[in-house]
Amino acid sequence: MQPIEMSAVDLVAALRQGDITAVQCTTAFLDRIEATNGTINAFLAVDRDGALTRAADIDARRKAGKPLGALAGLPVALKDVLCTTDMPTTCASKMLQGFRPPYDADVVARLRNADAVFVGKTNMDEFAMGGSNENSAFGPVRNPWDLSRAPGGSSGGSAACVAGDMAPVAIGSDTGGSIRQPAGLCGITGLKPTYGRVSRRGLVAFASSLDQIGPMARSAADCALIMETIAGHDPGDSTSLAVDVPRYTDLLDKPLAGVRIGRVPEHYAEGLDPEVAKGVDEAFAVLKAAGATVHDVKLPHAKYGIPTYYLIAPCEASSNLARYDGAHYGHRAEPGKGHRAEPSQQADGFESPLVEMYCRSRAEGFGPEVKRRIMLGTYALSAGYYDAYYAKALRVRRLIRQDYLDAFQSVDLIGGPVSATPAFKLGEKTDDPLAMYLVDLYTVGTNLAGVGGISFPCGFTKSGLPIGFQLQAPPLAEPLLLQAADRFQRLTDWHRRRPKTTGEVKA
Amino acid sequence: MTTPPQPLTAKDVAKVALLARLALSESDLERMTGELSKIVGFVSMLGELETSDVAPLAHPLDTQNVFRDDVPAASLSTAEALQSAPRHDGECFLVPAVLGDSGAA
Repeated sequence: MQPIEMSAVDLVAALRQGDITAVQCTTAFLDRIEATNGTINAFLAVDRDGALTRAADIDARRKAGKPLGALAGLPVALKDVLCTTDMPTTCASKMLQGFRPPYDADVVARLRNADAVFVGKTNMDEFAMGGSNENSAFGPVRNPWDLSRAPGGSSGGSAACVAGDMAPVAIGSDTGGSIRQPAGLCGITGLKPTYGRVSRRGLVAFASSLDQIGPMARSAADCALIMETIAGHDPGDSTSLAVDVPRYTDLLDKPLAGVRIGRVPEHYAEGLDPEVAKGVDEAFAVLKAAGATVHDVKLPHAKYGIPTYYLIAPCEASSNLARYDGAHYGHRAEPGKGHRAEPSQQADGFESPLVEMYCRSRAEGFGPEVKRRIMLGTYALSAGYYDAYYAKALRVRRLIRQDYLDAFQSVDLIGGPVSATPAFKLGEKTDDPLAMYLVDLYTVGTNLAGVGGISFPCGFTKSGLPIGFQLQAPPLAEPLLLQAADRFQRLTDWHRRRPKTTGEVKA
Repeated sequence: MTTPPQPLTAKDVAKVALLARLALSESDLERMTGELSKIVGFVSMLGELETSDVAPLAHPLDTQNVFRDDVPAASLSTAEALQSAPRHDGECFLVPAVLGDSGAA
């Protein structure tokens, strides 16, 4: 088997046993990236020299019998929302083009200490805002299963690079579904951990009470392996939980007998694609055959998830993105030539030359969706509207979280679709921001409640597009999420299927 | 939110744009007014729910008041803090005039 076809678990074992060297392994993935990235556009930066230097160093240390980290020699791709000192960090925005952070994100430092090899930074929706990767300032990503379709988003590059065999593992971030939805649309496995399980230090902030980092890989077993390295308390993120990290890989191989899985009848409402519904039903059947029981549960406020999310996330974003001021780092507009560039604001006027610099730098640096969300959040937080919108959304958020806590009194997991449809065409939803927001229907509740969720493939449409299945779990029940997904993957082979398109792509 | 929201006007949106520190062109302003009106109309469905006895939930964790030990720790050097600044003089970030009418920035 070629290295690019191997799972992360198998690669780590093969590297440890000396069956392949880190340089061979890294070279195989770098060559694959070189051959296919021109078509897929999954990577915004590829660090060939850095990766090979690091791999050679690991091989030398292994040869010398020195101690090595748990992931020694494993290639890993990083979503370009994670700060890295040795590669640019752009968030797929012109605002941060060329930006070099002065420190590594906590997950990046942990992966480095585990001797992972970073191959590059992956494409994404600008500042993680979007569900199709079409909001990248550096071009959309193509879905390896059908190059005319979107990979989903915002971690579209991370999902596509794993689906396209360009990396065995990618790290993503999930604010409203940004790991699970692209994983579903690209036929891979993605875990959004419980809020606080993984440190957010060095994750460029979008919506701080919702953002969470997680692994994206070919299987639940691979995700479990990565979680052992990236999870854990970090004094640098006061919202990271001081709770011991389980040995996730040791907890996988347990039967599902007695595990109660909830099914939400409202998930099957109008709008759910019939082929997706069929795939989801079949996934429930597999889990039942494995010993789990399935029970209908209610999430009465689920239909309010999208409006609640699209108030809270933009409000937090408008505050978080206030830091891009053209002064400390990031894009700065060139000085004006004695006249205002934007006639519409002459009536109100900028308050000072400094404010004009802020307004023009931000107008030039941010793309349309980021501006839309900053505007929506600023509006919802402004005097006279705060109670009606932001505070209202926070109250509904409590109702939504309570729905989950109530449901988890009677079931251990909640199953269902990740997305209502398989991957949609590039350009299909770009003219209608609201239609794009609705793609997050099944995923935002997890973030609002702060619980965990995993997405993995449960079938394919007749036209060959992956269908995703989602499981959600109570806080810190990642072992059960991974165990159930792993059991499913021992009984099915959907996660082993590879897209043909990338195989046909020539350099 | 008990009454249906009024449609946003271009003037409302221009005011928000200044608060958000975004320079919008006339065409941006027009498009944004339409889009925001539609999105605000949609999210206003939360008004259907009676929530007067529900406390706001800003954060999913119960964690409160996390303190670190009050001891000095390493932080970025001046050079590191300035390394990505568009303009600086080696000690300070340089910006246009903070006071005064908007003219040449």
